[in-house]
Amino acid sequence: MKIHEYQGKQIFQKYGVPTPKGYAAFSVDEAEAQAKKLIAETGSPVTVIKAQIHAGGRGKGGGVKVAKGGAAEARQLAEKILGMQLVTHQTGPEGQKVRRLYVEQGLDMVRELYLGAVVDRDRRRVAFMASTEGGVEIEKVAEESPEKILTVHVDPTVGLSPYQSRKLAFGLGLEKHGKETVGKFVKLMASLYDLFIKEDCSLCEINPLVVLKNGDVVALDAKLNFDDNADFRHTGAGGSASWNDLRDVDEEDPVELEAKQAGLNYVSLDGNVGCLVNGAGLAMATMDIIKHAGKDHGVAPANFLDVGGGATQEQVTKAFKMILSSPKVKAIFVNIFGGIMKCDVIASGVVAAAKELGLKVPLVVRLEGTNVELGRKILNESGLAISAASTMADGAEKIVKAVTAGHQNQAGAGK
Amino acid sequence: MSILVGKETRVLVQGITGGAGSFHAKQMLEYGTQVVAGCTPTRGGEKFEGKVPVFDTVEAAVRETRADTSVIFVPPPGAADAILEAIDAGCKLVVCITEGIPVMDMIKVRRVLEATQAEEASRGAPLTRLIGPNCPGVITPGACKIGIMPGHIHKAGHVGVVSRSGTLTYEAVGQLTALGIGQSTCVGIGGDPVAGMDFVDVLTLFQNDPDTHGVIMIGEIGGGAEERGAEYIKSKMTKPVAAFIAGTTAPPGKRMGHAGAIIAGGQGTASAKIAALEAAGAKVAPTPSDMASTLKSMMK
Repeated sequence: MKIHEYQGKQIFQKYGVPTPKGYAAFSVDEAEAQAKKLIAETGSPVTVIKAQIHAGGRGKGGGVKVAKGGAAEARQLAEKILGMQLVTHQTGPEGQKVRRLYVEQGLDMVRELYLGAVVDRDRRRVAFMASTEGGVEIEKVAEESPEKILTVHVDPTVGLSPYQSRKLAFGLGLEKHGKETVGKFVKLMASLYDLFIKEDCSLCEINPLVVLKNGDVVALDAKLNFDDNADFRHTGAGGSASWNDLRDVDEEDPVELEAKQAGLNYVSLDGNVGCLVNGAGLAMATMDIIKHAGKDHGVAPANFLDVGGGATQEQVTKAFKMILSSPKVKAIFVNIFGGIMKCDVIASGVVAAAKELGLKVPLVVRLEGTNVELGRKILNESGLAISAASTMADGAEKIVKAVTAGHQNQAGAGK
Repeated sequence: MSILVGKETRVLVQGITGGAGSFHAKQMLEYGTQVVAGCTPTRGGEKFEGKVPVFDTVEAAVRETRADTSVIFVPPPGAADAILEAIDAGCKLVVCITEGIPVMDMIKVRRVLEATQAEEASRGAPLTRLIGPNCPGVITPGACKIGIMPGHIHKAGHVGVVSRSGTLTYEAVGQLTALGIGQSTCVGIGGDPVAGMDFVDVLTLFQNDPDTHGVIMIGEIGGGAEERGAEYIKSKMTKPVAAFIAGTTAPPGKRMGHAGAIIAGGQGTASAKIAALEAAGAKVAPTPSDMASTLKSMMK
């Protein structure tokens, strides 16, 4: 789960990670008022208006602007940014609508650094990475000059040790700004590790982390991702942030959100074949085989959908309805290898959904595993036009034929 | 022969009184697995299905029944604790089925497991192993089924299967059995980013098992476990390995169902894994329908 920069900074402040002063705004009027308040508090006329979307690269896309001329200019910039369709390298060409702003104090920095923490799955530890190349994409640095990234791994039973933070501090040359700066960095690192563990982060990125003229170290950006598996312990109890309150549903794909609420794993894709599969690996493999069989015919998967191992008939019905409701879907492939998931449950769910909504596109079903005979019987007796496939490859071929035949029919109808 | 589990394996089920735990404990018993004990705190003294004794602690269960393997069906909030309890009680194999354990919990479990294994290695003792979490379990067909896989699709034989995905394992097993090829042992290592045994660990056991003549290895996008497996195949493995990597068409930055199935920062793509495996001498099946036939073509 992702959150906004301003929410990340609120969490930073709670843990003692220094950030610039700033306030969130949901309207242009509010942005102007927040700018006025900031100017009064800081004594500086400079404010920064920052678009709040979940994607990175906001500055380059025109979503971050500096107002040097006080609250009136802040208002003008807020008018431009709020409501814009912000396109960055992470949003895709359609961009993301800006619905929230962050109004922040402008600071005079002398250096921009990168600091990030991730779960290093190959080392099975939390890793901190720091680089002198702040403000640029860290993926690019990793690719072009990996020696510029300093890494330390944290032993979970000991926690982050000060010597590890000092190693990064001296590696970044922070002593040049005074020995107090090294101390401030070490303190920031300790706060960050505490936050990372307690808030169940999967990623925490500060890009850039800046050094000010007075030697202070401040987080100018805040990108926090949470481990979805840990949501059960972030309900707001015990003083930790409630993930439900932090969630911004406007930033999420509405279909994916609907699926999540129904307990399904769903990812939207660009193709024209709806897929309903049990198990994540099989669901991915189903996408792959459709693409493999259909690559010369413009046939590709429209979605990843894993109904899971223990789905109920209601969940299957829901999943099938979601696929049916997508206008881009020209055919549907149901691919089930029943283990815990029983084939008859899947079959009943599919039949219920198809009867309720009407089946307007070809449906290919491949059933295998537990209760397969019963499942096939339910499909056969449903009266629905279902094409049965014996293997995944057979199913993929039938799907490709169904979609291409549909194209020809449409072309014929148009004549 | 086989790896990890066999007829002699004595299984303890943690969470045996819960929904998933009781359902699958019954299935395991029906398959012929020696389920000798269950553990659910505060339910000690009960009998499961009128015969399997339930204990409050794993320690008591191990002491009373000489269980050497634990399978865990405990829900995510308590699952990491359950793994630690099993390791501490001396279970040599711990199989965790639970999906949805926070990665921070698994990082701690890994640390304890590694410390335990280091201590065991120093005195030449066999290593404690963890399979999973978020996995279907492990089965030696005809001898011992530990986990949630459908037992009836399996057939005893000489092909080892190791996989990050549950249903894709069933797919491979189904294809093998349809071709008349049996399996020595099938191991689902699970779809989480931080887990127990990885490809190298299981491939090593298959390489050293005289009864395994070839291996199907099923990977997916995310992380570098397949690449490390490829390195092992290249340097140590003499048995044929057919592989399949799921997620060639997966978009970057999206979690594809499994917590660990995500392409992050350009790392963990299917194409990189396929290239590494092919360079190592494994044959990569062009589609998931060809996993068994690909291995068959490599075996004499």
